[in-house]
Amino acid sequence: MSASGRSPAETRKLVEAGLKKRNSSEKRFQAYGIFGVLIGMLFLAYFFATIITDGASAFFQTHVKLSVHFDPEVIDPKRTNDPAVWEKANYTKLIKASLSEIFPDVSGRRDKKALRQMVSSGAPFELQAMLEDNPRLMGQTLELWLPADDEVDMFYKGKIDRDVEESRRRVKDNQIVWIDRLAEQGRLEGKFNKTFFTSGDSRDPEMAGILGAMKGSFFMLFVTLVIAFPLGVAAAIYLEEFAPRNRWIDLLEVNINNLAAVPSIIYGLLGLSVFINFMNLPRSAPLVGGLVLALMTLPVIIIAGRSAIRAVPPSIREAALGLGASDVQTVFHHVLPLAMPGLMTGAIIGMARALGETAPLLMIGMVAFIVEVPGTPFDPSTALPVQIYLWADSPERAFVERTAAAIIVLLFFLLVMNGLAVWLRQRYERRW
Amino acid sequence: MRLSTIILVLFGIALASFFMGRQRAVNVAGGVREIRSLHSLPGYYGYYAAIWSFLPAFILLVAWLSFADQFIISSVVSDLPLAYQTVPASEMNLVVNDIRNLAAGNIASADPKPEIIAAVDGYLSLRNSSMWILSALCLVVALAGFVFAFLRITPKQRARNNVESMVRIALVLASSVAVLTTIGIVASVLFEAIRFFEKVPVTDFLFGLTWSPQTAIRADQVGSSGAFGAVPLFAGTLLISFIAMCVAAPIGLLVAIYLAEYATKKVRKTAKPILEVLAGIPTVVYGYFAAITVAPMVRELGEFVGLEVASESALTAGLVMGVMIIPFVSSLSDDVINSVPQSLRDGSFGLGATKSETIKRVILPAALPGIVSAMLLAVSRAIGETMIVVMAAGLSAKLTVNPLEAVTTVTVQIVTLLVGDQEFDSAKTLAAFGLGLTLLLVTLVLNVIALQVVRRYREDYD
Repeated sequence: MSASGRSPAETRKLVEAGLKKRNSSEKRFQAYGIFGVLIGMLFLAYFFATIITDGASAFFQTHVKLSVHFDPEVIDPKRTNDPAVWEKANYTKLIKASLSEIFPDVSGRRDKKALRQMVSSGAPFELQAMLEDNPRLMGQTLELWLPADDEVDMFYKGKIDRDVEESRRRVKDNQIVWIDRLAEQGRLEGKFNKTFFTSGDSRDPEMAGILGAMKGSFFMLFVTLVIAFPLGVAAAIYLEEFAPRNRWIDLLEVNINNLAAVPSIIYGLLGLSVFINFMNLPRSAPLVGGLVLALMTLPVIIIAGRSAIRAVPPSIREAALGLGASDVQTVFHHVLPLAMPGLMTGAIIGMARALGETAPLLMIGMVAFIVEVPGTPFDPSTALPVQIYLWADSPERAFVERTAAAIIVLLFFLLVMNGLAVWLRQRYERRW
Repeated sequence: MRLSTIILVLFGIALASFFMGRQRAVNVAGGVREIRSLHSLPGYYGYYAAIWSFLPAFILLVAWLSFADQFIISSVVSDLPLAYQTVPASEMNLVVNDIRNLAAGNIASADPKPEIIAAVDGYLSLRNSSMWILSALCLVVALAGFVFAFLRITPKQRARNNVESMVRIALVLASSVAVLTTIGIVASVLFEAIRFFEKVPVTDFLFGLTWSPQTAIRADQVGSSGAFGAVPLFAGTLLISFIAMCVAAPIGLLVAIYLAEYATKKVRKTAKPILEVLAGIPTVVYGYFAAITVAPMVRELGEFVGLEVASESALTAGLVMGVMIIPFVSSLSDDVINSVPQSLRDGSFGLGATKSETIKRVILPAALPGIVSAMLLAVSRAIGETMIVVMAAGLSAKLTVNPLEAVTTVTVQIVTLLVGDQEFDSAKTLAAFGLGLTLLLVTLVLNVIALQVVRRYREDYD
C-alpha cells in the first residue's frame, strides 16, 4: 500500500467503488451457471414431452367393426374340409363382402378398391388364423374388430389434416366420407394395439410389432451377460487382488482404460471381420451381437468391479488371512460377497448401455428386414435400437409414431435397469 | 446329437464328479469324523474331480468345433468332379457357400446341379458322423479324466492347492481377454486397411478431395471408377464435432462450475442425476430426435431468418450431439474442479476475492489441464459418434464449412459401406476399414493425450 503511495482510507474507497461492479459480476456469473443447468433440464423435458406425445398414440390402433360372414362358398367351395385349401382361400373377399354390406352405394372398380384398402392388408390373415383356431366358425357371421389401414388410422387420430387439398394427402376425399360414416355408426374405434407387442416387423405399419426386436435384444443381452459378467469380475479380481505390480500390469490397465474409449463402431468392425468372416458365425444372429456387446461392456464391468472390490476394507482380508484362510479363499469367501452389490450395479449399468447400442449391430448385419420372431440366439433377428433406426427411416407416416413408441419401450427398459442399479446401491451399499 | 446336449451331458458329468469326489475324500479319510486327516476340505477334492472330468473334454470340444468344419468342407470339395478342382478360389467360395446354404435348408443362388446335391448329402453325412465321433470322444475323455482324478484322491493329496492354482490361471486368462480384444481390434482393422491401401495409395486416401466409393461392378461400366479421397469426410467430421463442442464445452463447463462451487448439497443431489440421464439416452434415440424434431425446427428457423437449410444439416447433428456430450464434459470437469485443493480457495477468499473471481482467476487456471483433457475426451467421443450423424447428417461428401449444408462423416461412411451385401475384395468394402483405422488412431491419440494430461496434473497436488 505504501508502495503505491495510497493511504488506507484511499484504498478502502477504491475497493468500495469497485464493489458494486464486482458483486453484479458475481451475480451474473452465478446466473450463467443456473442457465447452463436449466438448458440441460429444459432439453430433457422437451425431449421426453416430444417422444411421449409422438409415441403415445401408437399404443392404440384404429379398428373397424365389420360383420364378417365366413362364407363356405368363398373359402371352400368344393367342401373338401382340407386345411390346406382353407389356408389358401381368398379371405380378402370376405372383407370386401362385408364392406359392401355397409356401403351398398359404392360401385366401380377404383372406388371398391379404395374402400377395401381402408382395412389393413393384414386383416385377411387374422381371419385365416381365427378359422384355423376354431374351424366351427365356418358358415357363421361374426361382428369383428379388424385393424384399419395405417392411413385411416392416422386420419382418425387427427394426424392427417382434412383441410389439406386432396392431392397432397394420402387419404382421399371419398375415403374421408366413408370414414365419417363408419365413425357415425360407431364402427371405428381406437383399441389397444396388441399387435405392437406380439408380432415382428412388417411393411404395413398397422401389422408391425416389436416382439421380434425385443426378443433379439433379450437374447443378445443374455449372451452379453453370460460372457461379460464372469470374465469382467474375474479380471477385476485378478487386477485388484492377485496381480503383481509391474510394467505389464500397468500396460494392461492402460489398455483396459483405452478399450473403454474406443468408438463403438470399431467394435462392429471387429465383429464383422473376426466373428463373421473368420469364425463363420451366422450373420444377423443375436449370438454375434451379444459377443460384440460383451467385448464392449467388458471394460466397463472391469472398471466398475475394481472400484467395488477396492471399497472392501483391508481389515476383512486381514481377518480372514489371520484365521488361516488361503488368499483364494479370502477373496472368494469374504471379499467377493461383500463386493457383490457393487459388481452387480456395474454389470447392470454396462448391460443398460449395451441395450441402447446400435452402431456395432449395423456392421454385423442385424439391420435386415426380419418378419419372423427369433426363437433362439442363432436365428436372424434385429434388436430394439436397430428397429428404431429402421422405422425412423421408413417413409410411412404411421411409422413415426411407432418409432416413438418403440423408443418409449426402450427407455422404459433402461429406466427399469438403472432403477434396479440405484436400488441395489442404496439397499446394499455399506459404508465402512 | 445336438451340441447343446453334449454340453449339458458334460456339465452333468462334472456335477456328478464333484459329489463322487467329495464322497471319496470322506471315505478315504475314514468317515466324516476323520476328515481332519485330509490335507484339504472334502469339497476341494470334489472340485478337483469335477475340473478333471470337465476341462479336458471341453477343450477337446472347442478344438474340434473350430477345425471340423474346414476339414469336412475340404474333403467334400476334393470329392467334387474334376471340373470343379480347377476353378479359381473366389468361385470355389461361391460353390462352398451354396453347399452350406443347401445343407442349412436355405435357398441357394441357382438351381442346384446333381453333383452339388451329392456334395450336400456328403457334407451332411460327414457332419453328422463328425458330431457322433465328437460326442463319443468327449464322453470317453470326460470319464477318463474323472477316473484319473478319482484314483488320485488320497488324504495327502493337495487338492486345495491344485484347485486354487487352477482358479488363478482362470483369473489370468480372464484378464487377458482385454488384451485379446485389443489385438483383435487392431489386427482386424489393420489387415483389411492394408489390403485397401494396396488398391488405393495412402496419399490419395489422406489428401484426395473427392469421395465417391461406387466402384464399377462390370468392367464395361462407365463413370464409376471410384474415388477415395477422404478429406471431405474428415472435414465433415470436424465440422460436426466443432459445432457439438461449441454447445457442450461452455454449457458443460458452466454446469460443472455451478454444481461444484455454488449449488447447495440438495440442488447438487437432484440436478446431477437428472443431467446424467442425458448421457444414458441411447444415441439412436438422439438420432431420431434430431431427424424428426430438431431438423424441421432448424429449417423453419432458417427460413424465418431467410437462410436456406438442407433437410439434413451439419448444424442439426452437431447441436444434438452437443447436448448428448454435455454431461460427459460436466461430470469430468466436475471431478477436476473438486480435486483443486480447498487451500487455494481459502487463500483467494482471504485476499478478498469474490467467489466468481476465485473461480475465474484461481480454480480454473489450476484445473485447466484437467479441463483440457475433459474436452479432448469429449472431442474423441464426438468424432466416434455414429447414430446421430447417420440419421441426421446425410450422405453427401461435400467439402464445405457451411453448417447449414448436409455433410457426411467418417462413421457415416463406414456404416453405408458395410451395411448390406459385401464383397471382401472390393475397394469399396475395404475402404470402410481404412476409415476405421483412421478413426481408431485419431480417437486413440486423443485419449492417450487426455489421460496423460490428467495423470501429470494429478501428481501436482497429491
